[in-house]
Amino acid sequence: MKKNESFWQKLLSLDEISYENPLDEQLIDAETDQPDSVLRQQSPVEYAFAEILQEEKQEELYIAERLEANSLHAWVGRQSKKWAKPVYSLLCALFCVALVVFLMSTVIELPPFGAADNPTNNEVAQRYLEKGLEETGAVNMVAGMILDYRAFDTFGESTVLFVAACSVLLLLKLGDHKDGEVSPAMLEAEWDDRHHEPKNDAILQMAARVLVPVILLFGMYIVLAGHLGPGGGFSGGAVMGAGLILYLNAFGFRKTGRFFTYKTFRWVTFVALMTYALLKSYSFFCGANHLESGISLGTPGAILSSGLILPLNICVGLIVMCIMYAFYTLFRKGGM
Amino acid sequence: MPLIRNFPFFCIMLSMMCGIGSAMLPGRIARKVTVALAAVVAALNAALMCHLMAAGENYHYLMGHFPAPWGNELRAGPLEALLCTLFSLVLLFSALGGQGKVKVQVDPNKESIVYVMLNLVLAGTQSMLYTNDLFTGYVFIEIMTLGSCALIMNRQNGRTMVSAMRYMIMSLLGSGMTLMSIMLIYTLTGHLLIENIRQSVEVLYMSGQYHVPLTVTIGLFFVGLGIKSALFPFHTWLADAYGYSTPTASAVLSSIVSKAYILLLFKIFTRMIGMDVVVGLHLNDLFFAFGVIAMIMGSLSATHSHDLRRMVAYSSVAQIGYIYAGMGMGITAGLIAALYHILIHSAAKSALFISSSALADASAGSKRFSDLRGAGRRSPVAGVCFSIAAMSLVGVPVLGGFISKLVFSQAAFSAGGVHMWVMLLALAVSTLLNVLYLFRTVITLYRPAREGFTCTVEKPDGAAVCAMVGFVVLNVLLGVLAQPILNVLTTGFHLFM
Repeated sequence: MKKNESFWQKLLSLDEISYENPLDEQLIDAETDQPDSVLRQQSPVEYAFAEILQEEKQEELYIAERLEANSLHAWVGRQSKKWAKPVYSLLCALFCVALVVFLMSTVIELPPFGAADNPTNNEVAQRYLEKGLEETGAVNMVAGMILDYRAFDTFGESTVLFVAACSVLLLLKLGDHKDGEVSPAMLEAEWDDRHHEPKNDAILQMAARVLVPVILLFGMYIVLAGHLGPGGGFSGGAVMGAGLILYLNAFGFRKTGRFFTYKTFRWVTFVALMTYALLKSYSFFCGANHLESGISLGTPGAILSSGLILPLNICVGLIVMCIMYAFYTLFRKGGM
Repeated sequence: MPLIRNFPFFCIMLSMMCGIGSAMLPGRIARKVTVALAAVVAALNAALMCHLMAAGENYHYLMGHFPAPWGNELRAGPLEALLCTLFSLVLLFSALGGQGKVKVQVDPNKESIVYVMLNLVLAGTQSMLYTNDLFTGYVFIEIMTLGSCALIMNRQNGRTMVSAMRYMIMSLLGSGMTLMSIMLIYTLTGHLLIENIRQSVEVLYMSGQYHVPLTVTIGLFFVGLGIKSALFPFHTWLADAYGYSTPTASAVLSSIVSKAYILLLFKIFTRMIGMDVVVGLHLNDLFFAFGVIAMIMGSLSATHSHDLRRMVAYSSVAQIGYIYAGMGMGITAGLIAALYHILIHSAAKSALFISSSALADASAGSKRFSDLRGAGRRSPVAGVCFSIAAMSLVGVPVLGGFISKLVFSQAAFSAGGVHMWVMLLALAVSTLLNVLYLFRTVITLYRPAREGFTCTVEKPDGAAVCAMVGFVVLNVLLGVLAQPILNVLTTGFHLFM
């Protein structure tokens, strides 16, 4: 591209440019590249080196391209004068200060926390507290609220966890989905894992032997008694997930693999989410069409009470447990 | 309640279940499930729209046994049904058109996750349109945020990783601001249900109580959702995210995901805060200013882009500017013009992304203009699809973009004053720039190929041809049926309020 060409000439002849500049040549990547993961599985070590070199090169290209694309940065970059950068920083700082002032003045004007005549203290909260027990059958009002009054939101939240797990899976999962097949990338990850984590630590194993059953039992208790007292699926699931992670750290992947594999993870998550969706769909459909759902609320305080809240808590607990565990294993060695 | 009124609920739950189920299926079956789901959802929503137009009303739908301020609630009207129909059609064609690319560019073991995300994006879009509860809206914002990140990084190379990271950071910033404003509005009004918030906000506005927090809250909503929908100064994540991911992902992100955020903002401003309060606080001028700047700057960025996909991506910034400027005029006509432009832009932009990927296939996989010369003749269907969509965006009569520009100018005339002059001027300049970059591309596509340029032509597969034909039909129909569609939008808008 010649320097003395005018803007219009450049504009109207974009398709004539022959890209003498090698930088431009590399900026445009081809549409038909192979998925990198194929390469990665063929020869992981070579690939890693190639990737690092490539990344370094790309880094430079990126900076060049960003300068071109982002006009403000380009402007700052072009200003070789000494004052440009300090002025830019000063403006940024001023902007931040202004933002702080705005938000602080907002917070100061808000209604005081916990005052009796706050707008939040209205008929919504009143009905939850006064009629909650009668309408949902749950002694724990929080459980009644999130799993009965606003169960649709909670279904959404469980799905958020599922989406997060899928995204991490997409990013970090190595190897084939089929059990038993081991790809070079997986072997390398396994070696890496063994290299960094000492196996058969006697103290850890002893502690885990004592603690894991207690932790798992406690987690189950939190899930199952979620409608009777503080607790529920989210907190109980997190406790159970922590128990599983402790077991894995003490005894390694082979022993955990006897009862919890990638397949178990997929099936448990799927079944729990589908159960939640189907149970609640039935309940939503009945509610919206003013039909009797035939789900009895039972005696408040009994373990088998409060309609759908108990099964829903179990579903949420299983989902949270599996996803906690999956996150850990995926980040550690890209699979279970 | 007649069965047809359960359709929004059926569609949302069906999409969620298909999303969850697709994770268990191999890629090729998940692909079929997604296409079938999008078709079913489009049919159900179209039926609902016809029913509601005939009845001339909207209705509330309980999600559970408890009435609204306590339980969750949906609210459906002809406007929401029309938008859902169009979005599911666009998703159907995008999934069909990009499936060949997905097969090549995505790890075969992880292909089904693309379709999980597409199904969940469909579910999220419908929920955000139909929900009558602010917090439900937020839950689905989260699903869409994570889902769209996954869609960007489905194709795993350095570019998409970096752009997914950048998208993630910007998008989470937007989500955070939205959550903050939801908390503030809850503190000020004590409600999450949209109608109840409206009543409290009107009382607060009249009494002048909590004036600063209210203004800041509205501003936070605007910035938060503006970042997520790539409004001009917050658009820096856009070009990379749309430019390097799979064509399906680019099409869905630009024409469905960002539109869903805009529509949520639309709902918040028109129905939750109330346009009179927004105009009273002069916050609509904020919309207008940002929109007009985006109209010009987005087109300018597009004119000096060397890469076809990036050019199409930058053009989104300009088109989103149109929508915000329409919303910022502060009159009903402007809002309806913005809604119509959402429809037009959805259909045209996804068509551009899908066909540009087919055009690159016909030019040895290159996306630069010097190689794309003659691509329109090497791949005729893609060439026609690209040209029609480009003409629609430029505003050639008979196609939708023309009607949209007409409606915008009419709205500008009825707004009067400064709004009128600025809007007309911006429309003129932006249209000229559109002509410059879009027609230049169309001409490039039909010029004889560069000397010495030879390549093997990869024919688009059957599904992609179907999708591109579908896009052409959709774009032409949106223009030809402009009057009925505008009628639905007008009736729907009055019921929506």
